[in-house]
Formats: sequence, C-alpha cells, structure tokens
Amino acid sequence: MDSHSSALPPEKQPLLSPLAWKGVGLYAILCLLVVPLLHLLLDAHSPWHISAYFINLGGKILCYAIVAVALDLIWGYAGILSLGHGLFFALGGYAFGMYLMRSIGRDGVYHADLPDFMVFLNWKELPWYWTGSDHFFLSVLLVLLIPGLLAFVFGYFAFRSRIKGVYFSIITQALTYAFMLLFFRNETGFGGNNGFTDFKRLLGMSITTPEMRVTLFVLSALTLLAALLLCRWMITRKFGRILTAIRDAESRVMFIGYQPLWYKLTAWTLSALLAAIAGALYVPQVGIINPSEMSPANSIEIAIWVAVGGRASLIGPVLGAITVNLAKSWFTVSFPEYWLFFLGLLFVTVTLWLPGGLISLLSRLRKGES
Amino acid sequence: MNLSLPETSDTFFQGNSSLGHPLLPGVLDTSHRVILYLEEVTVTFDGFRALNNLSLAIDAGELRCIIGPNGAGKTTMMDVITGKTRPDSGSIYFGQTIDLTRMSEPEIVTAGIGRKFQKPTVFEQHSVFDNLELALRGEKRVRHSWHSRCQGEQRDRIAEILETIHLLPMARQQSGALSHGQKQWLEIGMLLIQEPELLLLDEPVAGMTDEESEQSAELFLSLAGRHSLMVVEHDMAFVSKLNSRVTVLHEGSVLAEGRMEEIRHHPRVIEVYLGR
Ligand SMILES: Nc1ncnc2c1ncn2[C@@H]1O[C@H](COP(=O)(O)OP(=O)(O)OP(=O)(O)O)[C@@H](O)[C@H]1O
Ligand SMILES: [Mg+2]
Repeated sequence: MDSHSSALPPEKQPLLSPLAWKGVGLYAILCLLVVPLLHLLLDAHSPWHISAYFINLGGKILCYAIVAVALDLIWGYAGILSLGHGLFFALGGYAFGMYLMRSIGRDGVYHADLPDFMVFLNWKELPWYWTGSDHFFLSVLLVLLIPGLLAFVFGYFAFRSRIKGVYFSIITQALTYAFMLLFFRNETGFGGNNGFTDFKRLLGMSITTPEMRVTLFVLSALTLLAALLLCRWMITRKFGRILTAIRDAESRVMFIGYQPLWYKLTAWTLSALLAAIAGALYVPQVGIINPSEMSPANSIEIAIWVAVGGRASLIGPVLGAITVNLAKSWFTVSFPEYWLFFLGLLFVTVTLWLPGGLISLLSRLRKGES
Repeated sequence: MNLSLPETSDTFFQGNSSLGHPLLPGVLDTSHRVILYLEEVTVTFDGFRALNNLSLAIDAGELRCIIGPNGAGKTTMMDVITGKTRPDSGSIYFGQTIDLTRMSEPEIVTAGIGRKFQKPTVFEQHSVFDNLELALRGEKRVRHSWHSRCQGEQRDRIAEILETIHLLPMARQQSGALSHGQKQWLEIGMLLIQEPELLLLDEPVAGMTDEESEQSAELFLSLAGRHSLMVVEHDMAFVSKLNSRVTVLHEGSVLAEGRMEEIRHHPRVIEVYLGR
C-alpha cells in the first residue's frame, strides 16, 4: 500500500456529509409526507390545513429551484454564466404545454378538434410539428429532445469558437430574446402572445383536483432532490474537478491534455435539460405558458437567485430561489411597484457584502458554533 | 496512402538502420538527434513581428536556456510551439514527423510537450494533490472522468512527484494558499507527472527564494538527458548555474547562441541585453 497515506487526502469523497443526509431526510418527510397530507386530509377550516394557493406556490418555487441548481452547475462550477436559461425552461414548458393543449380535446371554447388558437387563426389542420403531441410519452421525450438539442448545437459552436465570459452571456440573452420574438408571432403556431392556457386534463385526469395538485408538487420536490443529487455526484467525480479547473484556469486544463469543449458541452447540455424538465413541471402547476417566460429579464432573475443563494454550493441556489420568490410573491401582493427596486437592492447588497451568498452566512454560523 | 514512398523503399522497411527507418505518423522520432525544430517561423500581431524568421533546433535530452530582453518573443515562441498561437509562416516539427502547426493544444500535450506558463498557473481552488491528479498521464476524455479513481500506483506516483517538488507536507492544502515559488514548483510537478519528452519552462524560478532556485537548478539538471528542456529565464545567476547552451533572442529572432561564457562576451548581446 502507499506509505504516504497520512500526508495524502483520503481516497474517497462521500457523496454527502452525514449532516446533508439528515437534511435530505427532513426534506423528504416535509415535502413528500407532511405537506401533501396536511393539504389532502385536513379540513379547509383547520389551522394546520395547507391551502391550494400554497401548494401551487410551493410547487412553482420548487421548479424555480431546479433551474437555479441547473444554472449553478454551469455558472458556479464551470464559470459559464448563461443569461438564457429561461429559454430552456420555457421550451420544456412549451413542449409539455402542447400535450396539455391537445388533452383539452373538444372541451375548448370552439368545441373543435384543434386547439382554440388555431381555430381562431382559421387553420384547418395541425401543423406537422404538432404531430405526436397527443401522446404523453412522446411529449415527455420532446421536453428533453428539443431543449437538449438546441443547447448541444448552440454550445458546440459557442465553445468551439472559444466564446467566453461576457460575450457568452450576451449571446445567450440574444438567443432567448430571438426565441421570444419568434414565439410572439401567431404564425409560429404556439399561440402567439397568449401562449397556451385553459388546460383541462393530464393523462385523462382533471388537472384541478387536490390529488393532481399534490402529485405535481411531490413530483417537483422529487425532481429537485434528484437534480441536487445528480449534480452533487457529478462534482464529486473527476468530471467535477475538471469542470472547476476549467473555471479557474482553462489554459492550464488544455495544457495538461484535456479538451475543455467536451466537458463544458456535457455540463451545459445537462444543465439545459434540467431547466427544461423544470419548465415541463411548472406549466401544469401554473396553468399557463407564454413567450414572456423567454424574456431576457426572466433569465437574469434566475442568475440573481443563484448569486443571492451562493454560487458553487448547489444548496445555496435552492435557498436563493426560495427566498427571492417568497419575497416576490409577498411584494407583488403588498407593494407591487417596489418589487424591482427591492430585487436590485438585494442583488447589489449580496454582491458587495456577501459574495458567498446566503449559504455563506449559514456556514459562518456553523463555524462560529464549533 | 503510400504513393510517395521514398526512392530507397528497399531500405525503408529495414527498421532502425542508419539509412532509412519506418516513418510512423504521430510517433515521436528523434533518430536525427533533434527533438524540436523551428524553421523560419514568423508571427505578427497587427503588423508587429513578434517572431521574425526564427529558426532554432533543440536536441533530444538537451537542456537549453533562452534569454533575451523583454518583448524579445520568448513567450510567443512557446505559444507557437504549444499551439496557443498559430504562426503566419514557417514550420515547427516535434522530432522528424510530428507537425505541431496542425495540432490542437491538448493533442500537442499528448504528443509529449509540457509547458509551464510565465505566470504560475495552478488550480487555486483545488488541493495540491488534486492538481497533480488532474495532470496525471492517461485518459482525458469525459467518458472516463465519471468513474476514474485515483488509487494505488497513481497515488504512489503523485506522492513521488510531491516529494520531488518538496510539497508532500502540503498535499491536502488548497494550492491557492501556496507561496509564489511553491506554485511554480507545483506547476512543474504537474508537467513532470505527465512524463513529457520536452518541457518548456517560462521563467520557472521567478519569485523563488535563493534556496528554492538552487533546488530547481538541481532538479532541471537531473531531468536533462531523460527529458529535453527549454528554460526561459532572466536570472543570469540561475542560467549560469545550469551551465548549458544558451540562445539569445532579440526582436523575434536568434541573436546569438553558444556557451554562457561566449555569450557574455558577445558585443551585440552586451549591447541589447546584458549591458543594461
Ligand atoms: N497576443 C498578443 N497581441 C499583441 N501583441 C502581442 C501578443 N503577445 C505578445 N505580443 C507582443 O509580442 C512581443 C513579444 O512578446 P513576448 O511575450 O513573447 O515577449 P517575452 O520575450 O516573453 O518578454 P518577457 O521577458 O517580458 O516575458 C511583445 O512586444 C508583446 O507586446
Ligand atoms: Mg515572456
């Protein structure tokens, strides 16, 4: 065996620390048991009852948290700031929204076979690219395929041309903006500026029942957990060490023999896929998807969640997404006109005084204890 | 493929005879003693000639020092050898057969050329150990990065290098916390662990204490023979210690070449460099 083992670090890095495993357990009990049961079993008048509003809000925020984790993988660990992740989120949402639109069947306003907006446009048949959108599994496949393919192709050319830093960020903004304009057009065939809404059914079941609501919430919670564990696994492998090495000194990585292109592209595509899955879970819970989800501001907001929570920590961005969005839903009810000021202030404050984000506060507290 | 067999194709397959030997593309061939050729290499930046018809050859196993004033083109020369910058004209061969101007940076590394940057460049957020682990020779593709484990022989190899570069006690430390000189050593260690045929070292002892620089000189001298080294340095005391052949670059081409004593008395060299 090796005689230097005392000086060298241990051979294996655990996936999670014991404390983190406890956190996972707590999260599972809370999101998979307590919250669903409090919503389903308790009478609406009980003080412990969790209302449909909060289940929906919770499910929505969980989806945002998944996107935040996705962005952290590529920004926090690979140093590539995407200001276009809202696009992959929205494309995932649209791909699944097509299925939800087809599931309305003849229950729309016009009682036609075609989705309402197509009847309105006087279209007589489905465009070819809607083929198969009535099949659940095909639609789920599309949720992955479309954003995944776009991310792969875009990433391949961007990384191969060694586009980096601010230039990359600006191009991703332009990309999401271009798609927004495209989706605003009625002729594109995705409902123009109204997008998709008035969903009725999912897999033949009504979409408004408490059971469906809870199912979607639980699915979002599970997906977030899976995304966290997957990203954590990736960064504890050699893959993750190379990714952070690319972030810190890309030329050194090349000069020890790695092609950064493929590492970046893998992380980038996976990150886009996670965002797309989040979008697909989001749409049935909020009941609408329209091109405003692709607005450049939306993607910037995602980056703010990650920065506020703390980059390169995975759990920080989850905290950031939850905090910012809880604050947002409170502000937009109480002081809607001040929300953007608050968001800007929060961002500036964190950047200046808490560069490690909220998560660094927690780790400071823990250090203080021990 | 073999349309252009040499005229002496009868001797072509006789292995390592003095006349002909198989030319294997992609395999380093130093049968003519030379490991690196630069021939009439020119690099221009916006009309400015950073390298001007530069020709240079390094023998296999040789330790060569490169000196020259600031802006002479020393770093640019390493850039064109390692694929970071493409030459406007001229050719660069690694051994007899490997055309470096057609290869990407990682391909050049895999072919056997390691490079230390002028500004020490290590992965500051990684531990010293992890820096060396990433630099280990072997599979570099994404596919292998999921399950690659560093154990057994590889750990021994890392420990061995750590000892060579005097960083064994710091193995677990974050490399960002190392001193400037220690970072230089770590970067050198990252080259050594790849076992390159040719090492390009750009100002390797800048920021080192006298003792550290002394130890570096010993290390480089011990490497010569098994490896070929090209060392760029401004520190004349250090260059003298290496006691090797010296090439003086000036305005992108070779001004003089020879032993240190000859260089010291070369009038042009004194004028542009040593005399300042
Ligand atoms: N990417 C670049 N773009 C424009 N000019 C460059 C570039 N790289 C180098 N140069 C110029 O080329 C010349 C040679 O630079 P180089 O870095 O090779 O010099 P050097 O010999 O390494 O100098 P030093 O001793 O200061 O390290 C300098 O005048 C420099 O300004
Ligand atoms: Mg230089």
